[in-house]
Amino acid sequence: MTATGTALETDVPVSQAYPDAPAVRFEGVSIEFEGKDVLDQVSFEVKRGETRVLLGPAGVGKSVLLKLADGLLKPDAGRIFVFGFEVSAMPEEELFRLRESVGMVFQESALFDSLTVRDNVGYRLIQENVPDDEIDSRVSEALRFVELEHTMTKLPSELSGGMRRRVAIARAIITKPELILYDSPTGGLDPITSTTIIDLVIKQRDVSGTSSLLVTHRLQDAFMLATHRFNKDTGEVTALAEKQIDPSTSFLVLHQGRLVFDGSTHDLVHSDDDFLRQYLA
Amino acid sequence: MPLTTVDAAAKRGVAAIQQYSLLSARALGNLFRRPFYGADIITQADLIGIGSLPIVILTGFFTGGVLALQSASTLAQFGAAAITGQLVSFSMIKELGPVLTSLMVSGRNASGMASELGSMMVTEQIDAMRALGTDPVKKLVMPRIIATIIMLFFLTIISDLVGIMGGAFVAVLMLGQDANQYFHTVYQSLQYPDILQGLVKPLFFGFIIATIGCYYGMSTRGGTQGVGRSTTQAVVVSSVLIIATDFVISRFMIGVFGR
Repeated sequence: MTATGTALETDVPVSQAYPDAPAVRFEGVSIEFEGKDVLDQVSFEVKRGETRVLLGPAGVGKSVLLKLADGLLKPDAGRIFVFGFEVSAMPEEELFRLRESVGMVFQESALFDSLTVRDNVGYRLIQENVPDDEIDSRVSEALRFVELEHTMTKLPSELSGGMRRRVAIARAIITKPELILYDSPTGGLDPITSTTIIDLVIKQRDVSGTSSLLVTHRLQDAFMLATHRFNKDTGEVTALAEKQIDPSTSFLVLHQGRLVFDGSTHDLVHSDDDFLRQYLA
Repeated sequence: MPLTTVDAAAKRGVAAIQQYSLLSARALGNLFRRPFYGADIITQADLIGIGSLPIVILTGFFTGGVLALQSASTLAQFGAAAITGQLVSFSMIKELGPVLTSLMVSGRNASGMASELGSMMVTEQIDAMRALGTDPVKKLVMPRIIATIIMLFFLTIISDLVGIMGGAFVAVLMLGQDANQYFHTVYQSLQYPDILQGLVKPLFFGFIIATIGCYYGMSTRGGTQGVGRSTTQAVVVSSVLIIATDFVISRFMIGVFGR
């Protein structure tokens, strides 16, 4: 299950090169910035089709962990695998190919401010020289998913914060990635807009069955993911029956650079750990 | 100053040189790798070259003019006012044309590159670009380096020409010198090594402007304050490097060609 780098040069889709490998695997990952340990011996897995919600107080290293998973940062120690490829040891050129199967939604959207919504969402397709007609139709489809089809010609500065996050989600899903990394998609948004964004994450999870790793410090978002599902018949997100939870959604909790919880929703809410009880209170 | 502070500063300095060298090498290495961002090179050439044309023309014209104005009176003391054209052309082509044009372009574009890329860094747009499978060094840095080198070369030629015309304007219309004599002395004593020296310099200066601007932009940290700091540093460092490199190239060329 280690990376060879050679599979990336074949025509096999990246996510299928090692079909038995989990979507993401961290093995004893540590990283420090300016002498301060940000992550210390972090190990966990995201299985295929699974949604893992990474909780933790602000500034605990959640965003760093996501960037490590996408190969945007290299760990000081430990190994990181994505679809069986060791991203912590891959050169940047090979990571670009791997990232075709990974979508990432950044904390502040990170939309290209000089490009229109159409060019932002279709950025990857434009770089691959896909014909304009196909770009337009695929961008429309992705924007329809986030209910922003009418914003094609607008610039990011003309959109509200919530709309920018939705455009960022559309940009992440346009190539139908096998893994999506969400970095605080609801951070800084009002509760109603946050609910809209989480609805989209649930919809993406239940429609496409994509593996995902979602970072948040908002407990209500995390529990909404565990207790709601997308109803394909009505096209709406609805609450599961009482005491039912989504089996494919589980939790990770970071505290002071260490992973202090890795388990199901049930285990989390029934944990005896002092920090977790305090955090969830 | 405690020894540990000196040690840390020295390490930061060496690390910065290493990062700068790696960025420059990667950008140039990418020139021969696909995809080739030709459209981005043309866009940058338009922004850097055509956009800088007015300031380069104005700077060149008035520099040539003031050279003629200042030198004519000194030369007249030795009865050599007739070689005003020669002095203007030598100064413009060998030194002032390349250096002043580069400093102008540096002030306008090294700052522009540092602030544009710096803003992209602090808003995670560079990370987003990498996450979307595009190499920012190839997409953003390489086109700026190529465009700056090419356009600075032509801007310098324009500056030389306009400077000589500025000198002519002052010498002929203000000092009453003979126009034929002025233009005759402009090219009479020019030799190929002089022109070569004037044309080699902008190639180096263009590289310095773009790589320093992009390096400071790509290493920006700390929000909008960081962007401001990067912008200032890019202009200061590229200006100093241009003048220092000018000395080295001049010394080298004089050593090789003897003039």
